[in-house]
Amino acid sequence: MARRFLDGKVLQSLAEPVAAIVFALLAGGIGIALFSAYVPGHSAFDVGLPIQAYQSLIGGFASANGITSTLVYATPLALAGLGVAIGFRAGLFNIGGRGQFLIGAVGAMAVVTWIGRDAGPWITIPLALLVGAALGGFAGFIPGLLKATSGAHEVVTTIMLNYVFLFVMAWSVLGPLTLPGAPQPITVDVSMRNGALPILLGPNGLIDFGRGGHVGLLIALAAVPIMWFLLFRTTIGFEIRAAGANPDAARYGGMKTRRLIVLTMTLAGFMCGLAGATTLLGVVHEMTPGYDTTIGFDAITVALLGRSNPIGVGLAALLLGAMRAGSQAMQIQAGVPAELVDALQAIILLFLVVNVLRRIMASRRRRPGSAAPAQAAAMPATGGAA
Amino acid sequence: MTHDASATQPPALEMRGITKRYPGVVANDHIDLDVRRGEIHALLGENGAGKTTLMNVLYGLARPDEGRILLDGEPVQIAGPADAIARGISMVHQHFMLIPVLSVAENVILGSETMAGPVFVDRAEASRRIGELARRFGFDLDPDARVSSLSVGLQQRVEILKALYRETRILVLDEPTAVLTPQETEEIFALLRRLADDGRSIIFISHKLYEVLEVADRITVIRRGKVIGERKPSETTEGELAELMVGREVELTVDRGTSHPGQRMLRVEDLRVADDRRHEAVPGVSFDIRAGEILGVAGVAGNGQDELVEAIVGLRKPLGGRVTLEGLDVTGFSPRRMNEAGVGYVPADRHRFGLILAFPVYDNLVLTSYYRPPFARGFIREDDAILDSARAQVERFDIRTPGVEVPTATLSGGNQQKVIVAREFDRPLKLLVLDQPTRGLDVGSIEFIHRQVIAKRDAGTAVLLVSAELDEVLEISDRIVVMYRGRMVAELDGRTADKSDVGLYMATGQREAVPAGDEARS
Repeated sequence: MARRFLDGKVLQSLAEPVAAIVFALLAGGIGIALFSAYVPGHSAFDVGLPIQAYQSLIGGFASANGITSTLVYATPLALAGLGVAIGFRAGLFNIGGRGQFLIGAVGAMAVVTWIGRDAGPWITIPLALLVGAALGGFAGFIPGLLKATSGAHEVVTTIMLNYVFLFVMAWSVLGPLTLPGAPQPITVDVSMRNGALPILLGPNGLIDFGRGGHVGLLIALAAVPIMWFLLFRTTIGFEIRAAGANPDAARYGGMKTRRLIVLTMTLAGFMCGLAGATTLLGVVHEMTPGYDTTIGFDAITVALLGRSNPIGVGLAALLLGAMRAGSQAMQIQAGVPAELVDALQAIILLFLVVNVLRRIMASRRRRPGSAAPAQAAAMPATGGAA
Repeated sequence: MTHDASATQPPALEMRGITKRYPGVVANDHIDLDVRRGEIHALLGENGAGKTTLMNVLYGLARPDEGRILLDGEPVQIAGPADAIARGISMVHQHFMLIPVLSVAENVILGSETMAGPVFVDRAEASRRIGELARRFGFDLDPDARVSSLSVGLQQRVEILKALYRETRILVLDEPTAVLTPQETEEIFALLRRLADDGRSIIFISHKLYEVLEVADRITVIRRGKVIGERKPSETTEGELAELMVGREVELTVDRGTSHPGQRMLRVEDLRVADDRRHEAVPGVSFDIRAGEILGVAGVAGNGQDELVEAIVGLRKPLGGRVTLEGLDVTGFSPRRMNEAGVGYVPADRHRFGLILAFPVYDNLVLTSYYRPPFARGFIREDDAILDSARAQVERFDIRTPGVEVPTATLSGGNQQKVIVAREFDRPLKLLVLDQPTRGLDVGSIEFIHRQVIAKRDAGTAVLLVSAELDEVLEISDRIVVMYRGRMVAELDGRTADKSDVGLYMATGQREAVPAGDEARS
């Protein structure tokens, strides 16, 4: 199966994501040029501005700080992206990344708040991560179970649950996890309670390179090959992919498709919860009632860009992380707002979704009667077995 | 018959040098076809030969890379199906495109409605016009009947009526007899003859040799995208046509040999099964099959056969009754347990239940065994074992594929079925259940599968063969039963069964009353 990497298949499946990125950059460039008059020091339709902007964007993540920032941004993107991707493989749309991320943070915070002071970092941190991920798993389990038993569509249930967990988080910050005596509602700072993830790359870290590179990035780095192995080398992975590609044939092959739905949604939630826990313990360290995240949407982009393949997801997470990391520099040096990166991300997503539709239509037009296009349409996010 | 007279006018349709390429394959390679007015012209070829592509080009669903189309001698460019219809070309597909809840008349006028003013549809006028049209051609159709209440044969007539309503000059029928009983087939042939005599041209796509010989005026054989030959039925035989289609000599009837049935292997007692809409599709059926025996179940599709089969193999929970395999009660066993108990299953809907088309061939070959050694050690798949086994099976079962890693969707229908056959047959089986095993397959694949089934029977497997293809059932079954509305209404000996008797059972659930004194019916 490693042979597949060497033939045209991989190149073919790279074409779409690369095209999406190129297209987005072009569209973004046109946008920048169109509105260049609004950037101080530039005239209207200044074609030099996009070039300058992209240069500083790249420069932004090419430095030592830029690289560690990239890795730090990429960590939750990769973890949550893997969660969403494995859902796609099973034909499931996990839109609950936001809620699962937040409840994962709550779980981690709870552990640190209650046992951190006495238990020391070696117990607190792994336990906090585990509990956070487990709560995320539970957040995924609910819509999974609902779908398996009643057919309730997971898109609806996961989105609804996002709000539930958003308010559970707010309530926990205002209630059980609140820091006594603070002027505004806020939780403890995990670094005060042996809960902060150690720094690997940074001025006080193991390696003096860049800044803020916490241990969580190793977790993300490990998760990618583990997920790949799970999906492509184990019987469970085979069953998940089969259930997504053709649930009827999977049933005939003896696979328990309802159990797989529950398992996959739980795993997806677990990964998003882990993303939340690592971000809390690695970067933000404390929560306010207004704590929120765009990870739900970002993870979908990453999963689609990576074609639901764990390796692709890892690379896509790095790409989006790099763009985030460079956006500050772009704003400072070129004057182009950092939000452009969000716009680029959205254009990539749009392009990918449209491209997918185009492929489905092309194959349907070719063979009007055959079932193959119908099955391919059922897994738009993977575009094939790879 | 005025067929020769029409040869002096320009042909109703000429396709010259039509070439259509898709990535990796030339679907149509400089194909020439001409169809005269008032002619029934058959297009014969295996699956994947290019007949459907050619008709898609004619119907505007595909643009040819090279070649021209001429209608009545005038070159035309067909922009799409609407354009084709406007030019008088209509297609009746194998899978009907009718709206079940609407009436016959409503279905026929859909898309070109008779209007009473700018907004309202004039249903009365439509009903009148359709009734008239139907009478003119001798159809027996009530224009106000709901389509869902009609038999499949009558539904097909509605499709044809749609074409006639649009003043079709060229009518294309794609495998029209696939869903018909023998009697309905005769009726449809008579109808087509009437339409042709009325000046229309008919293109009849089929792979059924004897039908093509019976109804067509001329036959064009296509193989691998090229026209191999054109024949008049009077000048050729089934054997020659088969050879042209496949490229080699084909045995049209596989010698079924003698069966030596052993002990009772499968016993079904009063099995009741519901369909997807919770109706009782099988109200209670009982039968036995012995080891080394083929029981053929004839019947028009939709009489409970699929539900019966799914209940036996574990894909559907029965409402009641018992299934015993060599003494072991297997009622309600899951598909995996049935598989492990020695049951093989070739499903009717092979794309839905039999294969995961997006997955590589090797994955489909282990679809039912991927979880146990040697293909898995615990949770971890043994890729080498899977690939080796797949290559060996591709060799043994002559599956035409560029490799075992390609997505199964790229294989032709016949080879996809061979993948299923390889998976199910390649081990000792107590019971083999086949549902429409050769539907849509070419002559060569049919021959192959029939051989394999008989080999399994000779090795001692009990075989349950369900097929709407009456000839298949008659050809290889040792015993035949007919399913009608979920019941088994007749049991006959496979060797001596009479085709029209079985056809009558299939259509009506009973034989015609035998006049008193007439006992010598064979």
